[in-house]
Amino acid sequence: MSRAASLALMLLLPLLAWAAPPPGSVNEDTVHQIAAQLRCVVCQNLSVADSPSEMANQMRGIIRERLQAGDTPEQVVAYFVDKYGEWVLLSPRPRGFNLLVWVLPFAATAAGLVAVLLLARRWSRRAASQPVREAIDPATRERIRREMAELEP
Amino acid sequence: MDSLVAATPTPESRLWRRGKWAIPLSVVPLLILLAYGFRTDPRAIPSPLVGRPAAPFSLVLFDGGRLSLDELKGKVVVLNFWASWCYPACYEEAPVLEGGWRAYKDKGVVVVGVDIQDTEEAARKFMKQFSISFPNGPDPGGKISVDYGVYGVPETFFIDRTGRIRKKHVGAVTETLFTGEVERLLKEGS
Repeated sequence: MSRAASLALMLLLPLLAWAAPPPGSVNEDTVHQIAAQLRCVVCQNLSVADSPSEMANQMRGIIRERLQAGDTPEQVVAYFVDKYGEWVLLSPRPRGFNLLVWVLPFAATAAGLVAVLLLARRWSRRAASQPVREAIDPATRERIRREMAELEP
Repeated sequence: MDSLVAATPTPESRLWRRGKWAIPLSVVPLLILLAYGFRTDPRAIPSPLVGRPAAPFSLVLFDGGRLSLDELKGKVVVLNFWASWCYPACYEEAPVLEGGWRAYKDKGVVVVGVDIQDTEEAARKFMKQFSISFPNGPDPGGKISVDYGVYGVPETFFIDRTGRIRKKHVGAVTETLFTGEVERLLKEGS
């Protein structure tokens, strides 16, 4: 084998290994990604990925096991939802009544922007339409004029 | 200037005055939502499993041997998830479960204990303390727990003769609850 060929092989081999992981191995990133979507059932507001509890540890083990058995990440999540209900998902699915949670903040922000815009326009229009009021009344003006005149030699 | 505005109300000021009510009023739905939210128990999670067939399991028992749910078809099964560190609830219900097992084991009822997230030594000590004689085994990988949607201990499932979960109880089982549920499921015939 020529040196160039063996060099090419040396460079390609790890690439091949990367392209086709050995069967049965599980990407830990995938485990983490799934665990991050699931509520640690014994904790308060902590995901299975973040919790150090024994239960979360076991749940991560089950995720790994199911992936190893050939489940897709969606199927793994569906398994937990099947057992615990949608409660186990940290972010509710954008469906039905849950849709409110997703839509309301954006709707409220938009409504607020429109309200501010309308108010700002009304205020600026009112300021423009109102005649500039005399700062001092004619009598005072006359008095100032007189006193100024008196001061002048 | 206030008196001037009051004397000749402009359309804007009228709108503003009517709008003033909107601010306190907008708080009302929020208060209702909070009142509702604080009344509900965040720990009470309805199980989607009630009414569904109980997940099959095979339990390696502490006293040797195996017990699978399939073997118990035709019997009423009381499946209890517990741990020796679960104090006081598990300690309160242990005598109730053992008493129930002794009273009903010849009438077609099986009490099964699943010890979760525990050490074998502590579990054995607990079982000795309460002279537990019904089948018990650990759930090392947490598989049975997750299959039953368990999120704490103690949790107890009442499974009917056809293998369907009929009730899930969170917290210590009382004698009234045990007898009531078991009698109800026994009456349904086989």
